[in-house]
Amino acid sequence: MFNDLSNKFTLAFKKLAGRSSINEKNITDALRDIRLALLEADVHFSVVKSFIDKATEKALGQEVLRSVSPGEQLVKIVHDELIETLGGEHAPLQHAAIPPTVIMMVGLQGSGKTTLTGKLAHQLIKKGRKPLLVAADVYRPAAAEQLKTLGRQLEIPTFSAEEAGSQDPVKICFDSITYARQHGRDVALLDTAGRLHIDDDLMKELETIKAKIKPQEILFVADGMTGQDAVNTAKEFVGRLDFHGVVLTKMDGDARGGAALSIRSITGKPIKYLGTGEKLDLLEEFHPERMASRILGMGDIVSLVEKAQEHIDLEKAKELEQKFLKNEFNLQDFSDQIRQLKRMGSIESILGMIPGVGGRIKGMNLDDKALNRMTAIISSMTISERNKPHQLEGRRRLRIARGSGTSVQEVNQLLKQFQEMQKMMKKFGKMNPAEIMKRIPGAR
Amino acid sequence: MSFAEKLRLRLDKTRKQLFGRLNDLFRPGATLDASTWESLEEILITADIGVSTSHLILDKLKKRIQKEKSVQPHEIRNLLEDELIALLSGGISGQLDDRVVRNKPYVILMVGVNGTGKTTTIGKLAGRFSDQGLKVLMVAADTFRAAASDQLGIWADRASVEIVHSKGGDPSALIFDAMDRAKSRVFDVVLVDTAGRMHTKVNLMEELKKMRRVIEKQIVGAPHETILVLDGTTGQNAAAQAKQFAKACPLTGLIVTKLDGTAKGGVLVSIQQDLGVPIYYVGVGESLDDLIPFNAEDFVKAVTE
Ligand SMILES: Nc1nc2c(ncn2[C@@H]2O[C@H](COP(=O)(O)OP(=O)(O)OP(=O)(O)O)[C@@H](O)[C@H]2O)c(=O)[nH]1
Ligand SMILES: Nc1nc2c(ncn2[C@@H]2O[C@H](COP(=O)(O)OP(=O)(O)OP(=O)(O)O)[C@@H](O)[C@H]2O)c(=O)[nH]1
Ligand SMILES: [Mg+2]
Ligand SMILES: [Mg+2]
Repeated sequence: MFNDLSNKFTLAFKKLAGRSSINEKNITDALRDIRLALLEADVHFSVVKSFIDKATEKALGQEVLRSVSPGEQLVKIVHDELIETLGGEHAPLQHAAIPPTVIMMVGLQGSGKTTLTGKLAHQLIKKGRKPLLVAADVYRPAAAEQLKTLGRQLEIPTFSAEEAGSQDPVKICFDSITYARQHGRDVALLDTAGRLHIDDDLMKELETIKAKIKPQEILFVADGMTGQDAVNTAKEFVGRLDFHGVVLTKMDGDARGGAALSIRSITGKPIKYLGTGEKLDLLEEFHPERMASRILGMGDIVSLVEKAQEHIDLEKAKELEQKFLKNEFNLQDFSDQIRQLKRMGSIESILGMIPGVGGRIKGMNLDDKALNRMTAIISSMTISERNKPHQLEGRRRLRIARGSGTSVQEVNQLLKQFQEMQKMMKKFGKMNPAEIMKRIPGAR
Repeated sequence: MSFAEKLRLRLDKTRKQLFGRLNDLFRPGATLDASTWESLEEILITADIGVSTSHLILDKLKKRIQKEKSVQPHEIRNLLEDELIALLSGGISGQLDDRVVRNKPYVILMVGVNGTGKTTTIGKLAGRFSDQGLKVLMVAADTFRAAASDQLGIWADRASVEIVHSKGGDPSALIFDAMDRAKSRVFDVVLVDTAGRMHTKVNLMEELKKMRRVIEKQIVGAPHETILVLDGTTGQNAAAQAKQFAKACPLTGLIVTKLDGTAKGGVLVSIQQDLGVPIYYVGVGESLDDLIPFNAEDFVKAVTE
């Protein structure tokens, strides 16, 4: 199915190839296909909409890499945006200053809470901790027995209604903390019953447990195969409990897992783990890149654009080197370079590609605002002005300053520094690039 | 309370979400324009009906409207309902209740991915058949999941039916013994619970085939039913599940659970078309009687009107 989709894409994009910058027209087909891909992955309708709008806004006006189509480039932009949205800081599980640390699982029926409780215990044991399983599900038939079975497998105790002498989940949780303290268990894992987000009584029960026990971590456990309703459920659970993190289970199947994006967008909470099987060691840390590729599919297009990007950067770097050596470097090249730098995010990466320069320029930064002013000044010049900047007299400099929203002094400064740079170009081969950089305004 | 009434009650939240939007969209005097279709597309897709099936429905509606000159907004709404009903019944109907008396023992194999509600549904079915005066045997052939047979055991008690189980071990061996017992002909219905399994796991699907073969060999014509239990909150992946399970063992029916939340269960619309097997019941809760015989018209009306 992925192949199908990718083929469709490639066809759609062929039509568009050869345009130079991303505009609304040349990405219509791509947008439609991306939307389809996200919806088929079960990302919620409205999340798809806002997500695509955001990515498109970023993409519009971007220069298209040679050898890829605007649509292909858009796929890459969407892919990167997905990674950014899904990612964010990976917060490891919080531990309490005074044990026991309390971790509480919540979620819909059958999402995988009890299994996750066992998996977390398994992981904690490996890290040298002494978890306690707490069976706070008094509703589902044999729920406590299920958890106790896991406890026996892991050779750790399970605290249940039996030990608490009560069928009240709040009391079971509360008493389990005392038990943990008395028995040297440093983490209490509360397995609560599955419940519907619209079941007011049972949602209140969770609120009470939260208020009384104050868990360090409340994990919302969601089935990775969930459809559009993930949004409704997550909204209600986060509203009621303000949980700390999300665990997506059953990711060992072939579901695209769009619920991850829906839940993340709606709650803003980090996705902490993925469940990838029924056995207790099948818990994985969450990787936003992998998830992004899984949701969007189209991995081949993304890598195509990545390759093109590398290729073009290398080509430009080589061209630039030639110009440096032949002393043909003009303001147009200068401006191109700046634009490229901005797109790539760091001057190191581009200079690093120039043979002989890489490795010697670590730790240099460019100030974005200075770069923006510089490109603005250069783009207010005519082409012949860019080629022969030394011809610029006062009136032209004033016009350029006005056109670029800068001052004549700033124009003067740029020209002076560019002139110095040109002089140095001659000696470039022998020079330390860090010194060249010092002459560029804004470079430190 | 009739089943239709109970269905309405349990699908209350779902209806409230959909009904208001449909009402607004097709209010008297509303103009039908591009934005109407966009909103309708949104309603269908957010119900998990999927993009292609949603577009199929929209295209059909548009065509019918083109044919007739003047169409009132409420008429489109009726057309929409008709379309959904047609897609959900697919010309195939059939109630399990009518079928279970055809053979004795009537063997029903329950399959599905993890946590969809197989065990619970078996409990509900046992209660139902038992109420109809049938003698039911449960087979706890999920020998993998922790305390799976204890769970089914509690349902056996609730429904007052007999159960065959073993501690761990090979499910096929257990099924072999259970079929022997079932053949004694004192049982009318045999409900076989299986472990949840991802449809993508080849070895587990092979295990399922083997279980089915054991049943086949022991009782002629059995299993009479292989029912796929789908979680109603599942999105587009349900189609892949249906496809893979059907490939491993021919399915005879579907049961959809957890429709008492806010999920609309729209995947059913396309799955039913693909599989061409009836939807027998919907699960609307965790109690013994929270199982409702499926009827496309009742169902569609319960969520839209
Ligand atoms: N394949 C797979 N199965 C899983 C995963 N996590 C849980 N399961 C299975 O999903 C089913 C339900 O898991 P449970 O842990 O019982 O779910 P729960 O949320 O505790 O269920 P309730 O207590 O009834 O709400 C079981 O069959 C588990 O083995 C996973 O990551 N992958
Ligand atoms: N709200 C609601 N919950 C349900 C329904 N059917 C089952 N459940 C719940 O879903 C959870 C999982 O149900 P099970 O019957 O254990 O599911 P299963 O398919 O046997 O699970 P595995 O054997 O682990 O694969 C339990 O908490 C059930 O109470 C339903 O129709 N509505
Ligand atoms: Mg549980
Ligand atoms: Mg089960």
